[in-house]
Amino acid sequence: MQLKRIILIPLLFGFGVLAAQAQTLRVGLAEDPDVLDPTLARTFVGRVVFAALCDKLLDIDEKLNIVPQLATSYEWSADSKALTMKLRQGVTFHDGEKFDAAAVKFNIERHKTMPGSNRRGELAPVASVDVLDPATVRLNLSAPFSPLLAQLADRAGMMVSPKAAQAAGDKFGAHPVCSGPFKFVERVAQDRMVFERYADYWNKGAIHLDKIIYTPIPDATVRLANLKSGQLDFIERVSSSDMDKIRADKKLKTSRITEIGYQGITINVGKSDQAKKNPLGRDARVREAFELSLDRQGLVQVVMDNEAIAGNQWVAPTNQYYAKNMPLPKRDIARAKALLKDAGVTNPSFTLVTPTTSDAQRIALVVQAMAREAGFDVKIQAAEFATSLDMADKGNFEAYVLAWSGRADPDGNVYSFDACKQPLNYAGYCDAETDALLNQSRALRDPAERKKVFEKIAAKVLKERPIVYLYHRNWLWAYNPKLSGVREIPDGLLRVSGLKLAP
Amino acid sequence: MFAYLVRRLASLVPTLVLVSMLIFGLQQLLPGDPAKILAGEDQDPTVVAYLRTKLHLDEPLPMRYAYWVGGVVRGDFGESVRNQQPVLQLIAQKLPVTAELALLAMTIALVIGIPAGIVSAVGRGGVWDYLANVFALWGLSTPNFWLGILLIMLFSVNLGWLPASGYVSPFEDLGANLKAMIMPAFVLGNAIAAVLMRHTRSAMLQVLSADYVRTARAKGLNERTVVIKHALRNALTPIITLGALELGTLLSGAVLTEQVFTIPGFGKLIVDSVFNRDYLVVQGVVLVTATAYMTLNLLADLAYFLVNPRLRH
Repeated sequence: MQLKRIILIPLLFGFGVLAAQAQTLRVGLAEDPDVLDPTLARTFVGRVVFAALCDKLLDIDEKLNIVPQLATSYEWSADSKALTMKLRQGVTFHDGEKFDAAAVKFNIERHKTMPGSNRRGELAPVASVDVLDPATVRLNLSAPFSPLLAQLADRAGMMVSPKAAQAAGDKFGAHPVCSGPFKFVERVAQDRMVFERYADYWNKGAIHLDKIIYTPIPDATVRLANLKSGQLDFIERVSSSDMDKIRADKKLKTSRITEIGYQGITINVGKSDQAKKNPLGRDARVREAFELSLDRQGLVQVVMDNEAIAGNQWVAPTNQYYAKNMPLPKRDIARAKALLKDAGVTNPSFTLVTPTTSDAQRIALVVQAMAREAGFDVKIQAAEFATSLDMADKGNFEAYVLAWSGRADPDGNVYSFDACKQPLNYAGYCDAETDALLNQSRALRDPAERKKVFEKIAAKVLKERPIVYLYHRNWLWAYNPKLSGVREIPDGLLRVSGLKLAP
Repeated sequence: MFAYLVRRLASLVPTLVLVSMLIFGLQQLLPGDPAKILAGEDQDPTVVAYLRTKLHLDEPLPMRYAYWVGGVVRGDFGESVRNQQPVLQLIAQKLPVTAELALLAMTIALVIGIPAGIVSAVGRGGVWDYLANVFALWGLSTPNFWLGILLIMLFSVNLGWLPASGYVSPFEDLGANLKAMIMPAFVLGNAIAAVLMRHTRSAMLQVLSADYVRTARAKGLNERTVVIKHALRNALTPIITLGALELGTLLSGAVLTEQVFTIPGFGKLIVDSVFNRDYLVVQGVVLVTATAYMTLNLLADLAYFLVNPRLRH
């Protein structure tokens, strides 16, 4: 008996320790990420994975404040044309290489010069990088650019190992080497991405997991079934229609975070000749009437099962940069009809192009029904995403249901969409005064001053309505209640630091 | 027979060339600019331009075809623009998975379909015939996606017997592999079993009413020998054709079933690649599945020789 106890206790204890040690978090993603190279990466879902793999110079917190990550502090020069950053000491990349100012210089230059880089535009104002000492780096700008901090809190601020990047060239994404809490183990396309804990992580005290496996499962019902059966511990982008049932389920926990992006309808106001051929594109009064015909709260209720907040701007009403001078308009059918009468078109007709996702299609149907009451005849044309994007790009559309995943700084939600000839300006909106204001907002650093400029931008752009903003979705997550430490950050990316899985 | 085999193999080459042209040509009809789709959310014009050059999109169609075929002949299928993996590596990852799923599904289909067809033909009009027909109707009319979800709900969520997803290689852990594959294989096999059952039944009915079967019975052979040895063998020819076609279809990937069970096979790869306009992946995968399809048809033709000795002369 005594002998048994002597053998059993250490055995049990040993197993207990093993069980506590071998903590694997299994995450279900809604899509398969693209290339795992921060310079080339271009999808939202890729950013979810990078959150475990690649640390950034800066990060954002729950309130969208810029907080330190690899840079411990930063300071702008008086003319706002230089950003000096102090770097964290004792940080190494997954290959053991040291992270220092030279590595930052290498990374910024790689982002700016690598063929096919998606970061070039984000870092365009950065003219050069100076290494002041191993722990201090200075980014010199060609012009003041306040959104830079937010860019450095996203992929443009991700640091990869210079040695590994130089060795791998443009194949780096197949075996990424960064300095995040987890290092890359393997990837089987459309099946799984496996990461294991990096033992020398600078903040290892906050890492309680040993392994993370990301599995792309595009269908929301299947993703949920996998969570319920215990195959997964965490799923992102839960379908809004499942939320009530999940909340009632004691075996699951949920998180809901209002996104920094938006859902909207882009209107062709000048992208092509087609804009002038349709009253919607031709006449701002018709667009105002269209907006007034919509009941956003109704849309949120019917399309999103109330898992969104109604909005009329590129940022949500809860955001500090929401322009209060342009509040959410109430539905007003009488006024919409009067505007249409003024414009001389009482029954305008236009085609609303929608991608084939179920959300977009539902929006189109509800918008069609709502606008009809004001006299609009909305025809719906569903097209697979690549096709719809092609139509938008060529200006071969009148109105287009399009969502944006959002950026932490409002500039990322408005500049590329509303400044003349920008790549995401599918509406074809172009106004010199708006451009001047947008550029002014980039030069200012004081949030209060920037807010005033954004109010002026809102007053101009929201009257012209190149985009009729509808609502801001909630990021919906569901997970095993044993998982704790889930941080609800509005960019919708799961931070792995602090996550704990109870045995 | 050898001459026949050589002739058939030789005819594969022009067929493959034609198939490669078709794959390449049809892709060009897809709307949308691949460079724009691959450039992702930000649509940075320099990235679009870079991708266009990288993919040779700014060159004439025949040149692009020549680049691709030239690479394929050298064994270089190119690489996925979306995730940078070589196409051949992607195919090598997915082919064993799809092949295993196809073989398991086909086994299930054969084990259920052919006996059910025989039983139903022999007992025509009886209870077994009726039951087999109900089964066939069910198998044919049940959508794979729906059946898959229901099986997951029952066996994974409620009973917890089988994993809802998570493919494991058979070389890693055969038990775990079979546990993960049994539901998807059943979903796929079930539908094919129904088709096989219907065909076996009608082929058997036709053969069973033939003169030589009556003669065999008149000779006093027992019913089992008549059905299995004399009738079934002749009835098998159309079933082999059908089986090969179904197996070929399975090898090209079962999109919905793979989607439900998160099986990393050809179906998911090809659908994602079409949506992402990752042309080289689509071309590579279709070429491989087309080759598999043709090979299976050839094997089916050779199988006729085995079951029907008259063809050997």
